[in-house]
Order: sequence, then structure tokens, then C-alpha cells
Amino acid sequence: MGRKKFLIPLFLFLGLVVFLALGLRKDPREIPSPLINKAAPAFELPTSKGPASFSPKDYAGKVWMFNVWATWCVSCREEHPILVAFAQRTGVPIIGLSYKEIQPQDEEKGALSLEDKLSLAQRRSELWLKRHGDPYQLSVFDLDGRVGIDYGVYGVPETYVIDAQGIIRYKHVGAMTAELLANQVMPLIQSLSPSS
Amino acid sequence: MNKPKSVVFCLSRCVLAVFLLFLSFGASSFEAQPMAEDPLVEARLLEIAQELRCLVCQNESLAASRAELAEDLRREVRTLIKKGNTDQEIRDFLVSRYGDYVLYRPQVKPLTWGLWFGPALALLLGLWFLIGHIKQGLNNTAPSKHLSREEQERLDKILKD
Repeated sequence: MGRKKFLIPLFLFLGLVVFLALGLRKDPREIPSPLINKAAPAFELPTSKGPASFSPKDYAGKVWMFNVWATWCVSCREEHPILVAFAQRTGVPIIGLSYKEIQPQDEEKGALSLEDKLSLAQRRSELWLKRHGDPYQLSVFDLDGRVGIDYGVYGVPETYVIDAQGIIRYKHVGAMTAELLANQVMPLIQSLSPSS
Repeated sequence: MNKPKSVVFCLSRCVLAVFLLFLSFGASSFEAQPMAEDPLVEARLLEIAQELRCLVCQNESLAASRAELAEDLRREVRTLIKKGNTDQEIRDFLVSRYGDYVLYRPQVKPLTWGLWFGPALALLLGLWFLIGHIKQGLNNTAPSKHLSREEQERLDKILKD
């Protein structure tokens, strides 16, 4: 026992190295969301097609994805074709939340009224979705980012999975990837679907 | 690994902000406030926001950050102050949305015990080892003060010669 005591600092050091190495590999932007397993915050927002407004309770009983995006968001362009392909292949309903589409530079020539902001956001988003493909069953517009705050949005794009009881089961910050969809999101959605 | 582009976006914003700051020297007021704010509300906002982390530029406080989200959150906190919420309620509002991460001073709870008491524990453990080590050292060296019988005999012999 006494002989091996001198090895203790070495093991302590190795332990520290392991922790630091693991820490370095983690993405500091991936912050665990406190919203997982909590009810999806309620909201009612205008849409661009179909019904005039959308609220999460409209989708009660469905397992659906909630994707936060904007036409000014660079990473959204990266994930968009993946979402389009996913929606076409699996038929999982995706609601798009257009987050703060109207940016300060849009109002350089003078403040816009709320209706003007909404119609500008709708026009621009529809054009963008026409060009890049539209994976959304509905697009809803969060012009002032207030709903984004309730969902803890801090880095667009963000993607949530909400179950039939309206509980958030998954959140991903940053561009969605085909691997994540295949390895995490799809198995989760299948396990949450009432039919299985 | 796959970092959202917004980090780069955020950095470029910070550079832009510094650039604009230089441009604005000489101008009478830099960031135009949307409306005259109540100084009491502003003071409390500053006090609360200094203890909160901005999620976009992670090394900045919510009070200091010029990220758009920080501005939105400051507006939100301002509204809550005006509604008469307590500081704790406002912190809870943000923690329930963004997690403990927004707090620079984490709450004391089982999950954070290691964080709060770990250093003191490590210090105590270190002291315990140190004291043990010194005591052992003292015990080991103590007999050497007295010569063993053989040594004493040898010494006596040498002295006699």
C-alpha cells in the first residue's frame, strides 16, 4: 500500500486529463434545454397558408416537429434540403416557426406597421420556400421573437419534437443533419407514435 | 463538432459593433433608446442582467451583450420589472427557458454541490494528505535521532580508539 501511494497523484492527473479531453470535444453551444419533458409553451401565431392562426393545441394527438428558421439564417439553408427530404420520405408533420424574419435593416427607411411586417415576412418566406422547397405543413410567424423566448431559442435553426400530449421530447440547436434524423429523431418519433 | 454558423455571425456582429462604435464618436448619442426609460427600472435591469449570461456571445453578460437576443431578453426583463416581479421570479423566468446555464452564480442544489463544495473538499483532502505525509515523515525520521544498539556500540568503539 505504502509503496503505491506515489502513484495517486498520477491517477488524479490522468483523471483530470480525461475530463478535460471530454470537455474539449463538447460543443459549448449545446446547452441542455430545461424544456425537455415539459409541456410545449402555448402560443397563437399567424400563418401563411391554410388557417389564419396556429396554436400547438391544434396538433394535440399528433407527434410533430417544430423547426425554427428564418430566411436570413445561414445554417437554415444548410439543413433545409435535409428537412425537405425527411418530410417527403416520412410524412412527419413539421411546423416552421419563422423567427424574427423582419430584421432592423428592414426598417432602415422607417418603422413598419405590424401588418406590413407580417406581409413582408410572409412574402419573403414564401419566395424562399418556393426556391428551396417547403417541408412545412404550416409556417407560423414570430415577428418579435416572443414565442422564441418561451421556447428558449438562442441559435437559429432549432428543432423540437413534440409528442401527442404536447410535451417537448427533443431539442436540437443548430443545423439538423441526416445522421441525427436517422439515428435520434426518427427512432424517437416512432417510439412516441400512438400506433406503435 | 457541427457548430452553428451563428458563432461566426455573432463574431462578425461584434466586429461590426466595434466599428460602429468608432463611427459614432462625436455623434451625440450612440444607441438611440426606443423611449425614455425609467432610471429605476434600468438600474434594476442592469443589476439583474449582470448576473446573467448572454446565450449568443457566451462570454458576455446579458447586460453587456449587443447580440439581438440579449436586447430582446433585456426588453423582456424590463417588462417583468415593470410588472412588479421580484429578482428571483425574473431569474426563474429565464432559467425555465434557457436552463441553469444563464446564471453566472449557479443555484445551490444537489446537482451543483460538487461545483460549490468540491473545491473546499479538495482543499481539505489535500490538507489531510499533507498532514498525514508530514506525520509519517516525522515518525520515520524520529528513530534516527537515537542510535540503534549496534550503532551505539560501533560509536563507543570508535570513540574509545
